[in-house]
Amino acid sequence: MSEHVGLRGRTWFQVLTEKNQPASGDPGTVLATEAQIGGQTALFLCVVPDASSRFPCVRDGQVGLEEAFTLAHHIRSFIAEDREKPTSQKRPVIAIVDVKSQAYGRREETAGIFFAAAVSADAYASARMAGHPVISLIAGQAFSGGFLTHGYQANRILAFDDSGIVIHAMHKEAAARITRRSVSELEQLGHEIAPMSYDVRDYAKLGLLHKLLHVNDPQHPTAADIQAVTLELIDAIQDSRRGPTDLSNRIQSEAARQTRKAGIAVRAALEAQWQNA
Amino acid sequence: MSQTSMIPEFVTRTSFIELDGRSRAQSLFDEGTWKELIDPFDQMSSPWLPMQGIAPQADDGCIVIKGKIGGMPAVAIALEGAFQGGSIGEVSGAKMTAALDLATRDSEAGKRTAAILLLETGGVRLQEANLGLAAVAEVISSVLALRPHAPVITLIAGTVGCFGGMSLAAGVSSYIVMTREARLGLNGPEVIEQESGIDEFDASDRALIWAIHGGEQRVGMGLADALVEDDAEKIKTVIRGYVHADLLSEYRSQQVDLYRDRIAALDTSEQIDPKSLRQKWGNETTGGLR
Repeated sequence: MSEHVGLRGRTWFQVLTEKNQPASGDPGTVLATEAQIGGQTALFLCVVPDASSRFPCVRDGQVGLEEAFTLAHHIRSFIAEDREKPTSQKRPVIAIVDVKSQAYGRREETAGIFFAAAVSADAYASARMAGHPVISLIAGQAFSGGFLTHGYQANRILAFDDSGIVIHAMHKEAAARITRRSVSELEQLGHEIAPMSYDVRDYAKLGLLHKLLHVNDPQHPTAADIQAVTLELIDAIQDSRRGPTDLSNRIQSEAARQTRKAGIAVRAALEAQWQNA
Repeated sequence: MSQTSMIPEFVTRTSFIELDGRSRAQSLFDEGTWKELIDPFDQMSSPWLPMQGIAPQADDGCIVIKGKIGGMPAVAIALEGAFQGGSIGEVSGAKMTAALDLATRDSEAGKRTAAILLLETGGVRLQEANLGLAAVAEVISSVLALRPHAPVITLIAGTVGCFGGMSLAAGVSSYIVMTREARLGLNGPEVIEQESGIDEFDASDRALIWAIHGGEQRVGMGLADALVEDDAEKIKTVIRGYVHADLLSEYRSQQVDLYRDRIAALDTSEQIDPKSLRQKWGNETTGGLR
């Protein structure tokens, strides 16, 4: 599975934008372009593997320094272009997510990858808070700091209902090592404890997803698949225009009310005690 | 020679690092003005840890204290590094987000309420994996919602340091304050060694770790704002200064093109020398020990 990281991302970027090359001046690991969707222009962003990246630790589809700053650069320019527009006309930002993880490298730590990731998350969140519908389409993997940098600040998150979709804080082998379990124990635990699961259907139980999309083979979409996904993206854009620009929808869904009960109770209790403190 | 001059300063000062998360947060407030919210008696702990045979803690390792600092409203949110490595779970994450959101609500209503994040954390709690990761995304969002209205100050004192997802929350803060004993980075040395090999990062090389992640380096290279001594009084003074500071027109994490150009100028054919990077990026307005 891991050898395919990035292929699905690239495929979906290509079918939705009809482009598959980095913009001039960008590193080979970032695809960014404006393209039409549902009669409006959107900014499409994707991070892809590049075996010739000058940063060795991003070559397999990880998100590193150049990726984070390039994403942020495109988003900030897009926000600036729409600054004078009324909220209802701010154009959408669509993140196509297929990232292995953040870059685990010494160069990255030395030059402050924590900060680069923060800069990108800030740009995505700023777009959302300014009224741009920000939609993430998880086409493959969405791991940890890679997802925090690219996609997790979206108003709406869509994912394919497919065994190749993995959304998680850490890949299985490392998570097993750190929590002192075997990989099979970890998998078993995932079936019982939804937040630990590597299965996207369990992830959907957390209430964080807007929708699961059914596509037979996400790596080889048919014309009908592309049309259906496009309509879902348009629907998600419209839906987010109707809602608030914060992330409160993630605790209001039916699934969240079940699975995130403890967190919701904490929010209520804190609010009650805040008044009198 | 007078008696006092013979007693070195470190004997009379109160170490901040030796305090636990709760005492650290309390120490920042004006006397008699603070109150802990959702304290351990409220028993709001992780529902996920007992399911895995791990003892939860009544505060889930997150302490929220509201009060006044130098007469101004503020809320401090401390992660207790001694509980599960300061990791973020559903409950601790919700405490952080809720406190930040309420500070935003008060600030928007005209009662400016600063937030201080005391971060000693390895990142997402793997036993609550996806809810921890989601919590980090929400904390980042809530920091960014508050930042235009009131200062958000991240304080990393050590010795756990601030790693993983919460390092992004630090990165979007208005200000970052660190001691020499504190570390800040996305991936800890052990994780890099495990994922990319010992040639990439030797996690037993303590000098290398501090040269890259240490407070002196982060402040020196301009990615953090103030280097403080491990002295509770001095830290309190620095935090009070930032709580009272005017809001900025631009924050570091908005300076995309400056840093994009700096990354483009790096020679990546070999490892980057932390010292020369500090000289290249160093901001003369930061970096002094307070």
